[in-house]
Amino acid sequence: MAPILTVENLTMRFGGLTAVRDVSFAAAPGAITAVIGPNGAGKTTMFNCITGFYRPTSGSLTLRHEGREVALHRLAGHRIARAGVARTFQNVRLFAGMTALENLLVAQHRTLMAATGFGIGAVLGLSGYHAAEQAAIGRATAWLEACGLIDRADDPAGSLPYGAQRRLEIARAMCTEPALLCLDEPAAGLNPRESLALGELLRAIRDGKAAEGAAPCSILLIEHDMGVVMGISDHIVVLDHGSKIADGPPAAIRADDKVIAAYLGEGDEDEEGAA
Amino acid sequence: MSLARTRRPVLGAALKDAGLAALVAAGLFLPMVGLRTDVGPTGALFLRTRWTDVLLLMAIVFAGRFLLRFWQEWRAERHGPSVQKRLAGPLSRSGRFVAPVLLLFALLLPAIPGIGRYELDLGILVLTYVMLGWGLNIVVGLAGLLDLGYVAFYAVGAYSYALLAQYFGLSFWICLPLAGLLAAFWGILLGFPVLRLRGDYLAIVTLGFGEIIRLVLLNWVSLTGGPNGISGIPRPSFFGLAFTAGGGPGSFADFFGLEPSPTHRVVFLYYLILALALLTNWVTLRLRRQPLGRAWEAMREDEIACRSLGINITTTKLTAFALGAMFGGFAGAFFATRQAFISPESFTFIESAIILAIVVLGGLGSQLGVAIAALVLIGGFEVFRDLQEWRMLVFGAAMVLIMIWKPRGLVGSRNPTVALGEKRTISAAMVAEGRG
Repeated sequence: MAPILTVENLTMRFGGLTAVRDVSFAAAPGAITAVIGPNGAGKTTMFNCITGFYRPTSGSLTLRHEGREVALHRLAGHRIARAGVARTFQNVRLFAGMTALENLLVAQHRTLMAATGFGIGAVLGLSGYHAAEQAAIGRATAWLEACGLIDRADDPAGSLPYGAQRRLEIARAMCTEPALLCLDEPAAGLNPRESLALGELLRAIRDGKAAEGAAPCSILLIEHDMGVVMGISDHIVVLDHGSKIADGPPAAIRADDKVIAAYLGEGDEDEEGAA
Repeated sequence: MSLARTRRPVLGAALKDAGLAALVAAGLFLPMVGLRTDVGPTGALFLRTRWTDVLLLMAIVFAGRFLLRFWQEWRAERHGPSVQKRLAGPLSRSGRFVAPVLLLFALLLPAIPGIGRYELDLGILVLTYVMLGWGLNIVVGLAGLLDLGYVAFYAVGAYSYALLAQYFGLSFWICLPLAGLLAAFWGILLGFPVLRLRGDYLAIVTLGFGEIIRLVLLNWVSLTGGPNGISGIPRPSFFGLAFTAGGGPGSFADFFGLEPSPTHRVVFLYYLILALALLTNWVTLRLRRQPLGRAWEAMREDEIACRSLGINITTTKLTAFALGAMFGGFAGAFFATRQAFISPESFTFIESAIILAIVVLGGLGSQLGVAIAALVLIGGFEVFRDLQEWRMLVFGAAMVLIMIWKPRGLVGSRNPTVALGEKRTISAAMVAEGRG
């Protein structure tokens, strides 16, 4: 099966600093691909390239979805989301003053906007906006239930506890009906029990069983919590100092010498030089 | 007797505090009030002393400070919830009735006995600012884009109507939508360069834009008449019926068989601006419950998150600018037809500041709050006319007090646009103010 996301020779430079150097990998459809690496390895930079927040210096990013190929590196930020890539943020970015339900409706902006006749029809009460909104609320409700937030639907997002905010952000991303869900450290700040529940949620999302009417969704995640990564990932990519050092299934990564060296600092040339 | 024991130190502290305040007052009032130079019968100046007035003022300060302090201490001692919190419940419940009552009052105002020309003119003025406030509320309150040059769109609307009427002889009813469209066009023109700007930078550029429009109007003498302005702007007609003072065939009074009266036109103008303001409100309220309005609010909350959800920030911002500007343009056209004379002097920065003050004082994003703030600010400004030069002082002090009492405006909380269960207002602390 053709990979859903192909990253080829991706390089991102900020002035003299090369944050990501010549990284290539592929994410399989219907799988959870994890990107791991020590701090400053370039994980978030690569993520920002994939989700359109940075424009890569060179290299290509290709999304294959429903028989179409989309060159993500050429698209404007909001078009990447429309192409089927949804993301969450390392530090949660919810619309704090809006309710959980409203957050999920904003995520369905595009379908709803089309139903309003781009604003004009709905103001005049002409179009079938009501039905579209009911459908959107239905989808939002399904995702609120999937994330265990249905009781807090009418509470402002900013008043939810941290773990709930993380789940709501995932639900919001899923409401855009993505083909690829990119999660930037989804388990950061969660307690072990919440991490476990998150792993189950992510697996359900991958298999399209999380919410009613949800399609299976491939997942790309950055994570520090090794328990989460090893437990749920189908494939792991390891970055260090901006370059890919390993790529394979969890078992192989766990045994990889380079990965162990990168994480424990063994055999690091800089340190050898200093010693 | 625990009450007496705990009160004793409170009383002492309050007395001491009040005494100090009275001393400060004495220091201030002795030279300012106590001594006064008057012109004597011979024309020479002489010094008059007014010690009793000073004593009276000191007594007032003493009593006021004492009561305030005593009340504060007493309240802190009881550890009861603050008055504001205790009032919050009934206040928010009464909020549901305030809007319909205000609307009913506005609708019936011309019919209320004792309402004369002056009151109606004041009503028109207040409603103009209500409309401007509601228009700016779209940009500042909902989309979170700080616009200091809103008066530019008001000017564009006013000059659009004046010039179209002067050069092409178009009637008010044709010019009104044109003025709105032209203002919206200028809103988009302003929107493009400021798309990437945020917060203070956005505010400065919009401020500059407002000044540019005013300066162009001032200096393009051949078109706009420069500082002389444009006079003789035609008055609106009522479905083709003119409001002429003498009655005559084809006039409003003649058609309905009424006694010709100048009040007819004022009442008509009053209902016209009321209708325009309500249109603004209606469109805003409807849009708020729809994806576009939600996208505006989401943009105010977090622009980056919006982008990650596939919302086009550019068009969302531009629609906010354009729509806000359009209602400013409508208000401008109304202003021109009401005054029959416009000049760049009516569109100075202070107008922008007043409109922004109305929005901020009312509470960003709150329609009711903006309406009340316009009533308080513009109406209050007129009511205090008797205070003459003290008016500005009272005005400023009132604004400071309101902002201390309610930092997020009179109605700072936000109503959710949709809910599965019961809609609960969201406290102002949660809602972002927007940084452009």
